Amino acid sequence: MSAIQKADLPSRMKKRSPETDTTDHSVHALTPYRVLSIAFLIFLTILFIFPLYWIVTGSFKTQQVINARVPVWFPLNPTVGNYERLFQKPAFTWLFNTVLLCAAAMGLTCVSAAMGGYALAKKNFRGRTFLFSLFVCAMALPKQVILIPLLKEMAFLKLHNTLWAVILPTVGWPFGVFLMKQFSEGIPNEMLEAARIDGAGEARTFIDIILPMIKPGIGALAIFTFITAWNDYFLQLIMLNDTKVLTISLGIAKLQSELSTDYGLIMAGAALGSIPIIIIFLLFQKFFTRGITMGAVKG
Amino acid sequence: MKEARRRENIAGYIFMAPSLLFFLGFVIFPMGMCLVTSFFNYTMTDFSFVGLNNYKEMFGDPIFSKALVNTIIIVVVSVPVTCMFSLWVASIIFKMRPLNTSFFRCVFYLPVVTGSVAVTVVWKWIFNNYTGVLNYLFKSLGIISKNMNWLGDPSTALWCIITILLTTSVGQPIVLYVSALSNVDHSLTEAASVDGATNMQVFWRIKWPQIMPTTLYILVITTINSFQCFALIQLLTSGGPNNSTQTIMYYIYYQAFKLNRYGYGSAMGIILAIIIAVFSAIQFRLAKTDNG
Repeated sequence: MSAIQKADLPSRMKKRSPETDTTDHSVHALTPYRVLSIAFLIFLTILFIFPLYWIVTGSFKTQQVINARVPVWFPLNPTVGNYERLFQKPAFTWLFNTVLLCAAAMGLTCVSAAMGGYALAKKNFRGRTFLFSLFVCAMALPKQVILIPLLKEMAFLKLHNTLWAVILPTVGWPFGVFLMKQFSEGIPNEMLEAARIDGAGEARTFIDIILPMIKPGIGALAIFTFITAWNDYFLQLIMLNDTKVLTISLGIAKLQSELSTDYGLIMAGAALGSIPIIIIFLLFQKFFTRGITMGAVKG
Repeated sequence: MKEARRRENIAGYIFMAPSLLFFLGFVIFPMGMCLVTSFFNYTMTDFSFVGLNNYKEMFGDPIFSKALVNTIIIVVVSVPVTCMFSLWVASIIFKMRPLNTSFFRCVFYLPVVTGSVAVTVVWKWIFNNYTGVLNYLFKSLGIISKNMNWLGDPSTALWCIITILLTTSVGQPIVLYVSALSNVDHSLTEAASVDGATNMQVFWRIKWPQIMPTTLYILVITTINSFQCFALIQLLTSGGPNNSTQTIMYYIYYQAFKLNRYGYGSAMGIILAIIIAVFSAIQFRLAKTDNG
């Protein structure tokens, strides 16, 4: 299986995206099964969008509307009171911390994974196979069981309660290197050979030849890392307790534990925590989809 | 020649250095430490070697057994359902126009991007005893006669968790299946259709074997994710009522970070890692024999 997929990789990378090449759409006639399926699919769509809809509309509802016996499906008299109360809390700091954390994790991951992935794909150094197996095995292990020693390690390094305590383990997670190795394998060896004959050094080759070729991969990894870091609640929960370093996810959780029935305020927090990342996802979803798909193709 | 070989080695290590530093420092080292601390009685005040005592205590701990059973229920229910559901959705949407395919893919990915905390707090409200929309809806439809305390009732709480877990785990499998189904060799499926094969036959005989690697990958990642289900539990039920939603991951968190029993927590973490490895191995084995 791996040989076939490896051979398939370069051709896949050339296509703009795997889904644009689907064939003639007219061949799929509207059978009763298909009509029923699509009807059910639309029902599911409503079900999947509903929680988000409920967050957004809920954030504009007054306490009175929220406690109504019959649910109000759409707030006809919207209020921004929930947001006003939310920003009396340090919600802006939470958001700022989250963006900072995600941006730093994204930048460091992209640089280190692009270099590492290239080395694993194209550099024939000793111990390469061993290192690659180590990366793959670590990916299959439950990320969260390492949190206990990680907390001690961060405390020892005096990084506990700083954003670094979340950034560093995120960068260390092997998925990025694995993904970038997949992309680097698509680079033809002749190009590297040509660069060597032209007398280009290692750094030159990497910056002028490799980087432009793996750009789509870096894009995919960047957006993937950003979204994962944004939503990595468990790691944030363990590493950050100080009010000054809370992220938006921790902030919402804190609101919920302190004021569990103030749904308007909690929904305003949830909206603030999810709308920005959803917009980022929708803007870059092409890259994102490619990232998950490439990561799944085992080397 | 030897000189070239040496240069290749050095270049390789230099390019590897940054990622290796982070990986060894913040993944492999803590993993090793996790194994070491599992043999110690490690609390705020104590750090002494106790051999296998943590492991012995675990197997006599009724809450651990309860957590193990619940975790296995979650995995055994959510993994097959997630796989079948996403394959079904993908098989409907992959032949649509690209824009429609994208739309549905986004819809099912939405709960993942929204983030576990935002998703959990809104579900907590939907499930609420008094102001929750679920009770209202089910009463209007005549499914229930009086308000249910969905999250407070030991017989329903775990199923609520599983439902939410399902909505947050189908996104990635659907993306993967859509891409796998689009890559199935069209000449084969067309040839089979021309020869009079039914849609069902085309699916099981031609497409299913070809998407097998994707299925296997989905099984493994869904299993790992289901075993690690944490935010839902912590924010919705904290393992209650009466430990009915206690899972291994939450119990590790509770022992290690609430009671500061790091050694005991690490030992459970090691057992969890072993269980996940065994599950993955079984899935690989089954997938291989299934493939002939």
